[in-house]
Amino acid sequence: MRAWAVAATVVDPEIPVLTIEDLGVLRSVSVTATGVDVSLTPTYSGCPALDAMRDDVFAALTAAGYENVSVRLVLSPAWTTDWMSDDGKKKLEEYGIAAPTGHATARPSGPAGPVRLQLAVKCPRCNSLNTRELAHFGSTSCKSLYECKACLEPFDYFKVL
Amino acid sequence: MSSHTDDVHGHAQVDVAILPDELIASASVASPDVAEYALWLGDDSLVLSQRLGSWISRAPELEEDVALGNIALDLIGHARALLHYAGSASGKTEDDLAYWRDEPEWRSLQLVEQPNGDFAHTIARQFIVSHFLFELYTRLRDSSDATLAAISDKAAKEVDYHRDHSVQWVLRLSLGTDESRRRMIVAFSDMWPYVDEMFRDEPLLDRLEGVAVRPSSLREVFDLAIAPVFAEAELEEPRGFIAQGGGRRGVHSEHLGLMLAEMQVLARAHPGASW
Repeated sequence: MRAWAVAATVVDPEIPVLTIEDLGVLRSVSVTATGVDVSLTPTYSGCPALDAMRDDVFAALTAAGYENVSVRLVLSPAWTTDWMSDDGKKKLEEYGIAAPTGHATARPSGPAGPVRLQLAVKCPRCNSLNTRELAHFGSTSCKSLYECKACLEPFDYFKVL
Repeated sequence: MSSHTDDVHGHAQVDVAILPDELIASASVASPDVAEYALWLGDDSLVLSQRLGSWISRAPELEEDVALGNIALDLIGHARALLHYAGSASGKTEDDLAYWRDEPEWRSLQLVEQPNGDFAHTIARQFIVSHFLFELYTRLRDSSDATLAAISDKAAKEVDYHRDHSVQWVLRLSLGTDESRRRMIVAFSDMWPYVDEMFRDEPLLDRLEGVAVRPSSLREVFDLAIAPVFAEAELEEPRGFIAQGGGRRGVHSEHLGLMLAEMQVLARAHPGASW
């Protein structure tokens, strides 16, 4: 579908190698008799990049000749890194950000819930699994900061949500 | 929703409703009771977020600036969604609610308005609130109100991270140096009087069966969740006086007014300004 293809060219302003399609942020694009309705889902509730992505989708579709473009934000079901495309994960690694390892638990673990298993994070530069977390929170909501103990470089990790 | 495309380029414009497609026609306007409940939860998140924002550039290390900033950002996200929904009942925007209410109109818990104190105080407050919010949002995902359920589904995942962050710090400070341990103990004893208020059932809850979560029903799971952390940190649960509370009725400690004055002054001095 052409409108989808246009909307899918929009990239994440913080991680410009990833399109909103790669991220799984682009939920739906529907062309109606009166205009185009696009649904986006926020990665994190307070993610400021979402406003930019919304503006960019609006601009891209308008520039492609579509009229009455409306961009809607959808909260449910909640976004998860499981929706990131394999292609997106590959691009992320090439960009120097470790892609999320493993899958998100269906529901966050309470006292009796499933145990969250953190798999080893692979250094995007030297591929070593000998890495450690420096800080759980990184330069954006979706990342944490890691250090590779083999090549001694710090790197960002796109954490599982 | 129609204002969305009109305002798409206004950078200071606050997001419109964040609702699943199927909700837009049916339940995007809250009833007065649901709106009041959304206001309670939105105020908790907004006040705490404002408090945490004050740490930026002042945290003990750069990573903590980033961490507390990120947590504040998540909380702002929750507050925006909740206050937008709360305002739908009375035609108010989230900015109207954030900037144009005076202290007695705020419905936040007294715990979240407590001053940042030293870093241990901030961590003690965050530890308590994150555990409370995690248990609350985990259950509120099953609310019969689809909007509250959707907001909670997202929030629960994020608050889970906040909980983990505060647990790590409680352990680190409690088992660190004599000084860090002393401060952690003082911080918990200063914050603990405000714990009781979180779990009180206000009369509004009687009218929101199936929609809201009764705070009293969360006390047991809260205690169960924090007990192993206290044990590992070799801390005892503080005992002492219990604050009167009353935040849900607009009764606040002396700290909220000062915080609001700072938060609201710009919007009130320049109504409608954007930047």
